[in-house]
Amino acid sequence: MRKYGQHTIIWIVLAFMYLPILILTFYSFTSSTMIGSVREFSVDNYITLFTEPALRSMMFGTVSLAIMVAMLSVLLGSMGAIGAFYSKKGMRRTVEFINEVPVVNADVVTGFSVCIFMIVLLHMDKDTYIPLVIAQTALCTPFVYLSVLPRLKQMDDSLYEAALDLGCTPAQALWKVVIPQIRPGIVSGFMTAITLSLDDYFIATYTKPATFDTISTYVVNATRGAQTNIKTALWALSAVMFVIVVAVVTVANIKSNNTAEEVRI
Amino acid sequence: MTEGVTLKKYRFDRNQLVIPYLIYLLLFVVMPLLVVIYYGFTDDKGRISFANFAAFFTNSKMMGTLVYSLIIAITVTVICLLLAYPVAYILAKGEYARKHAFLMVFVLPMWINFTLRITALKEILTLLEGNLAYHPFMNTVICMVYDFLPFMIMPLFNSLTKLDQSMIEAGYDLGASFKQVLFKIILPLSVPGIISGVTMVFLPAMTNYVVLDMIYNSTYIMGSLIGSYFNSYDWNNGSIISAILLMLIGLVTIFTDKILSRNENREVRI
Repeated sequence: MRKYGQHTIIWIVLAFMYLPILILTFYSFTSSTMIGSVREFSVDNYITLFTEPALRSMMFGTVSLAIMVAMLSVLLGSMGAIGAFYSKKGMRRTVEFINEVPVVNADVVTGFSVCIFMIVLLHMDKDTYIPLVIAQTALCTPFVYLSVLPRLKQMDDSLYEAALDLGCTPAQALWKVVIPQIRPGIVSGFMTAITLSLDDYFIATYTKPATFDTISTYVVNATRGAQTNIKTALWALSAVMFVIVVAVVTVANIKSNNTAEEVRI
Repeated sequence: MTEGVTLKKYRFDRNQLVIPYLIYLLLFVVMPLLVVIYYGFTDDKGRISFANFAAFFTNSKMMGTLVYSLIIAITVTVICLLLAYPVAYILAKGEYARKHAFLMVFVLPMWINFTLRITALKEILTLLEGNLAYHPFMNTVICMVYDFLPFMIMPLFNSLTKLDQSMIEAGYDLGASFKQVLFKIILPLSVPGIISGVTMVFLPAMTNYVVLDMIYNSTYIMGSLIGSYFNSYDWNNGSIISAILLMLIGLVTIFTDKILSRNENREVRI
């Protein structure tokens, strides 16, 4: 710590990154409606956050969507990575190339293009949630693919061959030998997919049902003039999310230190 | 006899697992982009037309938006690079077990929803400035740097942490100053990290118009154009903006690939 402490730039950047969220967390525990004016301690924001029906359904909807999208992405992406890894060069290159497209593309363009294709051209109903789930999955799966692939490269393929020699069917060998070895990649792919879905604004805006809101779309609408109690309840939501992220990162770090593995993001 | 039967039967092989994902990619990544390009180059009656494309490049308002978002993107990218590089370098120099934990501290905000983070920063800026509308450019840059900084630190760290320390030591042993070591060894060897950081920041800075919306900015960047055409159901014009952005992304990708492959060749030569 002392070594890092010598560098002013480290502290400036840390302050810039953390002060806003810490200050907001502090004010979320007061009855203030504006930062800077100190009022008395209050947990009203947290009560509103967990009792107001609109906020509750928004949080429930966002989390359900994220879990569903992440599960679909993990299934598609892991299968895709395994399949592509053992395919011929031409096929692997093709998948790798298309896989890069959503990664480098701007989210606005990804969201808008799926909207044009599914809703404008195919007249699909937004209210079915199908365009939303498909579009977010198209965004998240490439990242799952990218986090599974390095694990496959590290894997010792003779174990798979050995399993086949010992009488496993290819499906059994895959399930019992390959999957356990690439599991860390699958887990980190799942986490990436969850955070991408939770963070997404653009794809949701272009493909979601009109009555459905994710955290991002809800917060953006709330900045365009919402009731004050909703505005300050969102401060509480930032604080909650901050604490959850810190907890998850800490646990993940301790776990990966215990297994003496490289810390992966 | 049983062997003959199993041979005829469908046999599962690992590489067949790629089929569902390939179909998914073709249907929901490639197709939508082709449809966007089609809509961009047709008029509202479905006839092929370059009118939208030409209109973009002859309309001074549109070109103004393009130039403005390029200025924003360049400013944001340069500031992110200047802040992130020393941080990533100091972190990467640290001892192994600790430096990854410290990196986590710097990339952790990335996992908090960006609209909530911008809300937090907006409250601070409002307290400091009063009315956010007075400094639209400055506020946009501050908010975007705040949003994208972790995405710059991470690739820089990954690239600097792989840097061979003995090269730096050799440089000093041979009498180079810190400045010479920095510009002749450290910077050239971290070019891949710089490029991937720049690509992760530059494009969002041109397109993430929600950041501007949230701080009550009435200035437009490229992404805002898509947003406003979407709101007015103008699919053809929205598509041509998307298609122009796609071309830009394609150009940037080709350009960075060139630099990266040249850099690899250079590394081989050393």
